[in-house]
Amino acid sequence: MSTIAPVLRLGNDYINDNYSAKSWLLTTDHKRIGLLYLVTISFFFVIGGAAATVMRLELATPQADLVIPETYNKLFTMHGTIMVFFFLIPSIPATLGNFLIPLMVGARDMAFPRLNLASWYIFVFGSLFAIIALVAGGVDTGWTFYTPYSSTYTTTHVLAMAVGIVIAGFSSIFTGINIIITVHKMRAPGLTWFRLPLFVWSMYATSMILVLGTPVLAITLLLVAIESVFRVGIFDPRLGGDPILFQHLFWFYSHPAVYIMILPGMGVVSELITCFSRNSPFGYRFIAISSIAIAVFGFLVWGHHMFVSGQSVYDGMIFSLLSFVVAIPSAVKVFSWTATLYKGSISWETPMLYAMGFVALFTIGGLTGLMLATLPIDVHVTDTYFVVAHFHYIMVGGTIMAYLGGLHFWWPKITGRMYPEGLGKAAAIIVFIGFNLTFFPQFILGYEGMPRRYAEYDPSFQVLNVLSTAGASILAVGLIIPLFYFLWSTRFGKIAGDNPWGATGLEWQTSSPPPTHNFDHIPVVNHAPYEYETVRRFTPQTTTTVEEHEHG
Amino acid sequence: MWNQFFPEQASTLAPDVDGIFLAVLALALLFAIPVACLVVIFAIRYRRGAMRTRYVSVHEGRGKSRTWILETAWIVIPLCLAIGVFSWGASLYLRIYAMPANGMDIYVVAKQWMWEFQNPTGQTEINELHVPVGYPVRLTMISEDVIHSFYVPAFRIKRDVLPGTYSTAWFQATKTGTFKLECAEYCGTEHSRMLATVIVMDATQYQDWLSQRAIGGGTGVIPESSTGQSAQNGQETSGTMSDVGGELFQRLGCSSCHHPNGGGVGPSLVGIWGKQEKLEGGQTVMVDADYIRRSIYDPHSQLVAGYPPVMPTFQGQVDEQQLLDLTEYIRSLGSQEKQ
Repeated sequence: MSTIAPVLRLGNDYINDNYSAKSWLLTTDHKRIGLLYLVTISFFFVIGGAAATVMRLELATPQADLVIPETYNKLFTMHGTIMVFFFLIPSIPATLGNFLIPLMVGARDMAFPRLNLASWYIFVFGSLFAIIALVAGGVDTGWTFYTPYSSTYTTTHVLAMAVGIVIAGFSSIFTGINIIITVHKMRAPGLTWFRLPLFVWSMYATSMILVLGTPVLAITLLLVAIESVFRVGIFDPRLGGDPILFQHLFWFYSHPAVYIMILPGMGVVSELITCFSRNSPFGYRFIAISSIAIAVFGFLVWGHHMFVSGQSVYDGMIFSLLSFVVAIPSAVKVFSWTATLYKGSISWETPMLYAMGFVALFTIGGLTGLMLATLPIDVHVTDTYFVVAHFHYIMVGGTIMAYLGGLHFWWPKITGRMYPEGLGKAAAIIVFIGFNLTFFPQFILGYEGMPRRYAEYDPSFQVLNVLSTAGASILAVGLIIPLFYFLWSTRFGKIAGDNPWGATGLEWQTSSPPPTHNFDHIPVVNHAPYEYETVRRFTPQTTTTVEEHEHG
Repeated sequence: MWNQFFPEQASTLAPDVDGIFLAVLALALLFAIPVACLVVIFAIRYRRGAMRTRYVSVHEGRGKSRTWILETAWIVIPLCLAIGVFSWGASLYLRIYAMPANGMDIYVVAKQWMWEFQNPTGQTEINELHVPVGYPVRLTMISEDVIHSFYVPAFRIKRDVLPGTYSTAWFQATKTGTFKLECAEYCGTEHSRMLATVIVMDATQYQDWLSQRAIGGGTGVIPESSTGQSAQNGQETSGTMSDVGGELFQRLGCSSCHHPNGGGVGPSLVGIWGKQEKLEGGQTVMVDADYIRRSIYDPHSQLVAGYPPVMPTFQGQVDEQQLLDLTEYIRSLGSQEKQ
């Protein structure tokens, strides 16, 4: 048992250790690298969001009046590629993951600090190609780059974009390797696998996918490049290739990529719900193992993107069945989170609002995913707005809610200062309302038969599109507010203290912000995570007082 | 009340697809509503500051046995329900994919950014497809360039139209009227303008339409420039698709090797449609549109056993439309197809 006791700070923290640009650009400190990523991906989030804003404005009317169809096609491609490859995939792993994994396992840094820095440089280098592709005139293939359109028909800058994505992919692989090795080899004494925080479990599962899946994407995009430059027949039937092959290869990576985006979110939410309900998670081992199950099964469901594309009927049936199976570990998580609230002591600070928003939106996204896994329903709604709504519920409703929730939760650890609570709550509620208003009408639009990627649409769809556009503007407001108050808080926020939430994890047992070397003494772990009792009473993992209990 | 959210139901499949959708929706709500209620109840009942004996100490409560019972229940029950839904969906999917044995054929050629439909009796249409109500319509579709997708929301069917391979689909309209056909696979700049209408008529009207409609590629109401197909050969052929195909068969010199009674350099094509043909190397292949297409474009890939690899490729000389004409011609030479 322990109450919140300040940790004696020895020397500087990682931020004011050294102010020079060089000390940031050549840092091997995982915390600084996490912040470098945070700044970089925030930049891309703004670009991707701007593209989405113009698209939604264009879709306020059925005609292509704000932008011509050609521009619209480039906008949704830009929105998709930037958001998926340069924001969502690195979002939680490269920022919060980088910052927190060594702290949570009680290590002084990642296993390979220089590889970690290299991953950021590679990411930036890859993103330069993407920016060049955009500045040179854009790409109009959609983020899925379906062949033969992308390889031999389009005249836009697919090659530069593909090269950029392949290069950025290596940064994912490096991050994945680092996390896997760090979790395996650098856990503090006493920190057994089943004492790891659930965030670490989910990041471990994510890293498995990053390391195993990303090379396939790199290979696939290189094959597209080889076909379009050297005219070797791989995907284009005119050259003797098979366009369906591309879809198999692409989704073999890109479906697991969805789990790259959502698994870290699930990890964050497990941390938030336990802390703000002052309760240990219901079924810790089930939640932990379900992350691994999702990562494994996630590799076996790629064909559910291809129920109408020409794979065999029996392939379709197998992929449908497996897609139902992969829903089970996700359902286990939702049930466990709900049960964790039972007999808790729940408070509703901003991170908890985001966490419960995540549960709601992820549940809707997951259940509509089951509809899409049902073969005949998919035949009708695939490639319509139903799918668009579904994956935004998972990727925005899920990942971004968790990302924002996590940023608020760990902001005091990262910066040493609190964000403004009132504004934080307001923004969280605005985001939730704006999000639902944007994407819920799209389910109906899709079932009514509005195909995706349409610059112009039938006037009968206008009412729902206007609602969606209205929602998008609310969502935009909700997302811009945190951008400002986070910046404001780094200077004017209330000093947070080392453990403002009274949380149990190792990251809270060091100072805020932590020193460069994280811990003055490598912590010794004596407790399971999440031994919460009440607001004031909880058992940090390092506590040595004897309350002999092995839980979890 | 549901009708306003659902597109019109105009095919035999539509009510079944909507039925399973409603069932899955109901099942989804069956899960979502209790979870939502529990979250709200817990949020109020166990809010911080509410005086309630809430704390189950890690030392006393949360017994492993209780956890296991609940966890097992919420793994097994959803799994069983999921497998049930899967099976229902799979059986309907099989029905969607099983081509009806009898019905009328329509050939579809998609290209950036238009739809071309041809009836075996010769009528060609652009971005309009006339079909009779209450009769199965079988589609054989191919793309001349990128991937497109044939999507008629009112019929609840969608099928990607690929370059290089025929894809098939079918529907049976249940009411007359005009229905939207949309391209559902992103295909380039004018993707959102690649629209067509399906006009479902009653049988007698349809017969009238067929007989009034001029026959043959490029003639009739459609301006020649927009079809682009028959114009390139500089000569108009008219008649049914198999007539056109038969003329092509002569003109391209196919007939000099493929004699009707055998004995030519190549195998006779009489009666081969639908047959299992034995190949050089011992495999067999079913003679269908895809096999004929392959044999014309890449003749040596699947040689019939006993014949020398001497046929030249016709890739570049025969376009998709002409391939379909040739296919119809070969089909007209007699088949093993069950009637």
